[in-house]
Amino acid sequence: MNKPEILIIDDEQQIRKLLEITLEGNGYTPRSASSAKEGMIMAANHPPDLILLDLGLPDENGQSVLRKLRKWYVNPIIILSVQKKEEEIITALDNGANDYLSKPFRIGELLARIRSVLRQSVSEEGEAALKFRDLEIDLTSRSVRKNGQLIKLTGTEYSLLALLARSNGKVLTHHYLLRTIWGPGYIDQSQYLRVYIAQIRKKIEDDPNRPEILLTESGVGYRFVSEN
Amino acid sequence: MNRFFLKPVSIRKQFLYSISIVILVSVICFALSEWMGYRVAAFILLLTVSMLAIIFDIFPVLVSAGLSALIWDVFFIPPRFALHVDNTEDAFLLIMYFIIAMINAVLTYKIREAENITRLKEERSNSVKLYNTLLNSLSHELRTPIAAIIGATDNLQSMPDLAKEKKDELIEEISNASLRLNQQVENLLNISRLESGHIQPKQDWCDIVELVYEVVKRVEENNPKRKINISISQNFPLCSTDKGMLDQIIYNLLNNAAIHTEQHCKIGISASCHADLLQIVIEDNGKGFVSVDSKDIFDKFSRTKDPKTSGSGLGLSIVKGFTEALGGSVELNRSFKEGSQFIIAIPVKTTYQNSLLSE
Repeated sequence: MNKPEILIIDDEQQIRKLLEITLEGNGYTPRSASSAKEGMIMAANHPPDLILLDLGLPDENGQSVLRKLRKWYVNPIIILSVQKKEEEIITALDNGANDYLSKPFRIGELLARIRSVLRQSVSEEGEAALKFRDLEIDLTSRSVRKNGQLIKLTGTEYSLLALLARSNGKVLTHHYLLRTIWGPGYIDQSQYLRVYIAQIRKKIEDDPNRPEILLTESGVGYRFVSEN
Repeated sequence: MNRFFLKPVSIRKQFLYSISIVILVSVICFALSEWMGYRVAAFILLLTVSMLAIIFDIFPVLVSAGLSALIWDVFFIPPRFALHVDNTEDAFLLIMYFIIAMINAVLTYKIREAENITRLKEERSNSVKLYNTLLNSLSHELRTPIAAIIGATDNLQSMPDLAKEKKDELIEEISNASLRLNQQVENLLNISRLESGHIQPKQDWCDIVELVYEVVKRVEENNPKRKINISISQNFPLCSTDKGMLDQIIYNLLNNAAIHTEQHCKIGISASCHADLLQIVIEDNGKGFVSVDSKDIFDKFSRTKDPKTSGSGLGLSIVKGFTEALGGSVELNRSFKEGSQFIIAIPVKTTYQNSLLSE
């Protein structure tokens, strides 16, 4: 397989350079654009395997760039946002971004996100079993095993865990999880999500207080992580 | 606008009020005019206009001054119910009345203007003082890590043959300095949010146990040699509060403790929730706050007088600002002898997890 091509759209030269060096050193082919206009032209001329899109571009609002790209571009988009702008991140995820990173981010985080969204875009639908570390989720028999031991989960707990695990590595927003598992009437009932996540952690995490599989993305949602 | 009303009154309402008052006073004077004479009525009307000048803006006052002069002329000076005045004395009085009413209005207005300007000047000089303190403390707090980064990168560039351990040390320095810079910027953003006064807590159900462990993890990552002792019941109710703000409150207090105490000192956090009051206690057995008044420690830029410690003096004022924005209180326990103990109390709505787990 060829090296995946990644298009960086960011107006800050320092960030572009850092990303280019990082991506090149990790087996990707980076290309970069410094404005929304340039980025969209480059993406249209030669669609990349992934786009890293900064939301704070000088020539156009990042959300509108995202919506325009999503009209025809099907590969993953990861957005880069300034620290702690949760509403902005949620809007971007609703507008079709696959994941996000908030600046300043750690390089390890960046690479993990890229790997995870690229894996999702090639992985096949309808897998029968998902295996992560010592955790095994069998989608046909709806059973979960940890270290080979069967874990007892209630119906809701199982649905929630399976939903997060199927999107392995990707953040799912509170609203999305509540709507999908409990229904549209529950999107503001975040207390259910908190309680069920805590319950699942008690069953699948080695130390439920220091979770390594079901991670909280503060103010945004939850993420199932199978790699370190 | 003026300071007699809590809310500014629209100019139309000011006209309405001042004219109504003039008319009301005139009617009363008219009823009593047989008994007190029309010249006394002039003084009472003049007094009314002066009072209005204290309360309202200049235009409504000028209009009421003119109106009262007209009323006095038509309804009080003989012959009544006519514009014209019979004798010269009354004509003089009328003219004098009009001039005094106008001067009154203008002078009172000017005095108020002058007062406003003095107040603004005072506010401005206070904010200049604050600004200078901010600059002093920030230039130190921001420049120190920047100096560390520049110095370390210079060394790495100019000494390519440096031993590996030395290189690692320098890289570690850069990493620590950037984390410190990041936290300073975070604090600055928080303080400017607080200063702007537009701080609205976003209430949402929050798992306090999860939050405490998350923050502790971050503090431990940023201060790798410190361990923080957590004491919290696993059966903790969900609390409705602003998670981001509570996060910053706890982070600042724990991080302070980690930075300002000796490495062997113990740092602990505990949380409890009774009768919808969330209480979080953060304590250490360090030296405590020796040389500073307990009331002042939450003030902006207040720092202990110990020259060995550093800090922008923003952390604790953010803690106080956020706690109060959440409707709660924070205090330094003075009776706590060994080290320092902060007690945060925030009223919250709670719900017990078991009640939600029915399938």
